Amino acid sequence: MNKDLLGIGDLTRDEIYAILDTAEAMREIGQRAIKKVPTLRGKTIVNLFYEPSTRTRTSFEIAEKRLSADTLNIAAAQSSVLKGETLADTALTIEAMQPDMIVLRHASSGAGHLLSRICRSRIINAGDGTHEHPTQALLDAFTIREHKKRIEGLKVTIVGDLLHSRVLRSNAILLTALGAHVWICGPSTLVPAGIDRLGVRVSTIVDEAVADADVIMMLRIQQERMHGAFLPSLREYFVTFGMTAARVARAKPDVIIMHPGPMNRGVEIASEVADGPYSVILEQVANGVAVRMAVLYMLGGGQDGD
Amino acid sequence: MTKTLLKGGRVVDPANGRDGAFDVLIDGDRIARVGRDVPVDAGTKVIEIPSGLVICPGLIDMHVHLREPGQEHKETVATGTASAVAGGFTAVACMPNTNPVNDNAGVTEYILKKAAEANLARVYPIGAVSRGQKGEELADIAELKQAGCVAVTDDGHPIATAMLMRRALEYTTMFHLPVIEHCEEQTLKGDGVAHEGFHASALGLRGIPGEAESIMALRDISLAELTRGVVHIAHMSARQTLDAVRWGKTRGARVTCEVTPHHFVLTDEMLGAPIAYDTNVKMNPPLRETADRDAMLAGIKDGSVDVIATDHAPHHYDEKRVEFDRAPFGIVGLETCVSLCFDRLVHSGVVSLARIVELLSVNPSRILNVPGGSLAEGAPADISILAPDLRVTVSAARMKSKSRNTPFDGWQLRGGVAATFVGGRAVFVNENVSIDL
Repeated sequence: MNKDLLGIGDLTRDEIYAILDTAEAMREIGQRAIKKVPTLRGKTIVNLFYEPSTRTRTSFEIAEKRLSADTLNIAAAQSSVLKGETLADTALTIEAMQPDMIVLRHASSGAGHLLSRICRSRIINAGDGTHEHPTQALLDAFTIREHKKRIEGLKVTIVGDLLHSRVLRSNAILLTALGAHVWICGPSTLVPAGIDRLGVRVSTIVDEAVADADVIMMLRIQQERMHGAFLPSLREYFVTFGMTAARVARAKPDVIIMHPGPMNRGVEIASEVADGPYSVILEQVANGVAVRMAVLYMLGGGQDGD
Repeated sequence: MTKTLLKGGRVVDPANGRDGAFDVLIDGDRIARVGRDVPVDAGTKVIEIPSGLVICPGLIDMHVHLREPGQEHKETVATGTASAVAGGFTAVACMPNTNPVNDNAGVTEYILKKAAEANLARVYPIGAVSRGQKGEELADIAELKQAGCVAVTDDGHPIATAMLMRRALEYTTMFHLPVIEHCEEQTLKGDGVAHEGFHASALGLRGIPGEAESIMALRDISLAELTRGVVHIAHMSARQTLDAVRWGKTRGARVTCEVTPHHFVLTDEMLGAPIAYDTNVKMNPPLRETADRDAMLAGIKDGSVDVIATDHAPHHYDEKRVEFDRAPFGIVGLETCVSLCFDRLVHSGVVSLARIVELLSVNPSRILNVPGGSLAEGAPADISILAPDLRVTVSAARMKSKSRNTPFDGWQLRGGVAATFVGGRAVFVNENVSIDL
């Protein structure tokens, strides 16, 4: 494994599978009465979050605690930023206290790369701007594999705000690397230029994109997208792209519906779909802990854990 | 007055149709004679120029940011002109986006005073088009001209309204000043930080399409036709803009354009590798895709491009050591330009050395209407001595500029600068070239 996990491109195919396999074992720990193993005892992990996040931060924190790491949460947006400290200086200050890993969430794409160049600690990207969110893609792959027993050859359709989504980029890279046929679908104003070079099929017709899909993955639509004239209204978005039961019916009968959260019911996804029989949205959350335990173990406890 | 003879070497002086072995006799601060076997009297100092070196009219960089007054932590007139002469430039034209803005004679005079104190390269200030570069009302352009400004521009702050650009082009015709435009349609640029294309998309960086540049170039060229004003398109980066300039020239509009070395050498692939999110590849306009880079090379070759200018934009280490989208735009360029021109344009067969001298000396002097661009007898003895085959390893740490923000650090290039003469005085001698002064 590389020193850091900044994006899916840092992982080989074998390493991705190794993480998914390790996550199977990690999930079992979460089902025990005493949900704790000593794997990362004595390791210090700093969760450095520059953006508000409940689900990712909580997921990492539970994963760290189950592995017995000492964890520290820094909501940087409320502290050093207000005092004018740069990201580099904040990171070096934290480094001086000898942590083993820094889990970083930041609004700027590439923030983890900056830390990677100046820090000795291992950097785990927990979402950087509109670039990547690698642990989300790993937990999504884990969830898909659990249901479909494979990833290669599946049709995975990702629908939503493609332009601003780090979940999209990580999933597109990971799933195509593992041999899935990835379709991405959204309004033409929200399709990143040249994105087909990632090996994905781009469509603006949702009925075509979801036809015979094995997996439908929804992306969040943010309210403020109307301001950049990306969308006329959320109502029109729902009519044109919203995932309704009728659209789900065009997919394979055993399709699964995924969403990285938080959801906007009635905007990108109808409640009947979110709460319906195909939905694996809460399983994704549960699997997130196991997958993050696997990543932390392999980066921090695997090789030099003695 | 002391006389100096530069003996040997290849004189490349396209303005006078010379390319060959000539001697150059300097008398005081002027060129006295250029010819074969120029006779010398007893008091004349003879400098043997090793064969293989090139003697050409002093290079002029018509687009640099000297940052003084107001941002002396990035660069000063003294360090910027030291950087210029080390890069083979005998003159630079400096942009008005200082603090305060160079929109009045006081600031112009301050810059010229600092340049006189530094006493290295000649400095030609460029004034603001609009007061405070705010794009609202015209600056006192007659006063700026009187104080020594050679052009006007709101560089860094494109002129947003067609009406103000029209008035600027009309008004400057009275003073024979070109209006230099940083073409960028602001609403289309938005908060973009990199060229809109695959690489920015994959890295999650907000894009700036080439059309943000070409749309404004088309507007300005049309307005130049309307007004008979003179517009110079700064740091052109997009192939669409080059087409716009060609269209304007065909129609007889008074339009010229410049390209930076980084736009004819690099592409947006640099955003991801070798250093992902390197803030030293963040500049405005952004590095564009291969088709644009190749178009710039074609324009240099076919004559559509008039000038190579560096857009030397020093920024402090602290300012660049931040997240990509928070870093300021720009790189230093004065000390890498000549090497990049030799390596990527001359040795690779794109253009001749004489054409490089046109792009870096003859044309900037003509467009700005300043002395230079020629080794004619009686002209100022501003002379660049170039070493076409010198092996150069770019070292940011050893640059004379106060800032080090270059993506070319460590690059190995063929071709460099041997010495720089301003007004007959050697202001830079490269220790790696054996010239005995």
